[in-house]
Amino acid sequence: MIRIVLPAHLRTLAGVGGEVEVEVRPPVTQRSVLDALEARYPMLRGTIRDHLTGQRRPFVRFFACGEDLSHEPPDAPLPEAVASGSEALLLVGAIAGG
Amino acid sequence: MSNVRVLVGTRKGAFILTSDARREQWEVAGPHFGGWEIYHVKGSPADPNRLYASQTSGWFGQMIQRSDDGGKTWAPVGNQFVYDGAPGTHQWYDGTPHPWEFKRVWHLEPSLGDPDTVYAGVEDAALFRSTDAGQTWQELPGLRGHGTGSRWQPGAGGMCLHTIILDPNDPLRIFIAISAAGAFRTDNGGATWRAINQGLRSEYIPDPTAEVGHCVHHLAMHPSRPRVLFMQKHWDVMRSDDAGDSWHEVSGNLPSDFGFALDVHAHEPETIYVVPIKSDSEHYPPEGKLRVYRSRTGGNEWEALTDGLPQSDCYVNVLRDAMAVDSLDSCGVYFGTTGGQVYASPDGGDHWAAVVRDLPPVLSMEVQTLP
Repeated sequence: MIRIVLPAHLRTLAGVGGEVEVEVRPPVTQRSVLDALEARYPMLRGTIRDHLTGQRRPFVRFFACGEDLSHEPPDAPLPEAVASGSEALLLVGAIAGG
Repeated sequence: MSNVRVLVGTRKGAFILTSDARREQWEVAGPHFGGWEIYHVKGSPADPNRLYASQTSGWFGQMIQRSDDGGKTWAPVGNQFVYDGAPGTHQWYDGTPHPWEFKRVWHLEPSLGDPDTVYAGVEDAALFRSTDAGQTWQELPGLRGHGTGSRWQPGAGGMCLHTIILDPNDPLRIFIAISAAGAFRTDNGGATWRAINQGLRSEYIPDPTAEVGHCVHHLAMHPSRPRVLFMQKHWDVMRSDDAGDSWHEVSGNLPSDFGFALDVHAHEPETIYVVPIKSDSEHYPPEGKLRVYRSRTGGNEWEALTDGLPQSDCYVNVLRDAMAVDSLDSCGVYFGTTGGQVYASPDGGDHWAAVVRDLPPVLSMEVQTLP
């Protein structure tokens, strides 16, 4: 299972508490994880990436294993620790505004 | 006994204020969607328990929320707003062509007769409609296809379609307004549109009487006289007696004719309300006095309404969609400020009291009069 930590507003929107888990068939990539997340929580469609282009929203970041993966290609494999479920993929609302 | 329900959109959530017909004691519910910008909440005239809310965020984009129980519970519905066909370009601040990009929904206007049909005015300016209670949205592309779209440009607040008025006598007629393009009307359900800006004069554009480019802040209409429209333009309060074909100024003795909010008394179609703001570079009331101005003559002759409103050291703004009226026998008038106050008058503006004082900045306000 892939573990995902959502930002607070998206946890509220999805009606979940802590981490969420989704099953993803390999390869485990940003795209396949987000596809699985949006399939399970359709209300999140459009909040993390654009409906049509799939482009990440500018103020959303993807972190894992102490790295910023936001600028990795969407089909690049995520770290093995994420794929194995030992580490969570963090979706982070960037610090912006007041 | 009748009740009123006030739907307040703020920078940090939605609030629902309820009272009986005396409008003295209020219950405040919320925040709903805490932390999100709520540009607008509006109920269906055909089913007052059906509410639609525009929930938006610079981080997570646009959501549309729907309630089927008068705002007690909500569920997200469709949030995909895709321009029809090739989006084309409008004019950017520097005069260059800029592609249309969806940013947010400013205004939701439920159909007068069908709770499942609702219109959405969006930034970058376009009109969308849902006929399945908000699940899916389709653009009415005739508006952007008007032919002047490439000359529209954003105002300081963005290029927003902020006003939608449905004609109660003619289901094919819709009025809309865009900052900073102007007012438009369709007479065929949205297939084609015409600019209705003749008579407007705006010194801040190269041709002050141009067909488009006017920064219209808000429009209002009394349902009994759908050919009479009132407009708060950037500067100037205007009136049309021919469904927007021509306009004339009715600013009269206002201390400033800059402002945003404007509404019409529920039972007196010649009684209108505005909140003068000092200037476009200051965005607060003249002399630090928060005054609603009422005209009982459809404009030109205005009286200040001050009883219960702060008359010193007040520097809030009242935004374009943040004024509304109820339809009780004694018409209630309501407005919200960027300081988070919601003021209500149960007697047509003669006396005011703060319903609540410390909300986040108020973006919008609608009132439902319930049996």
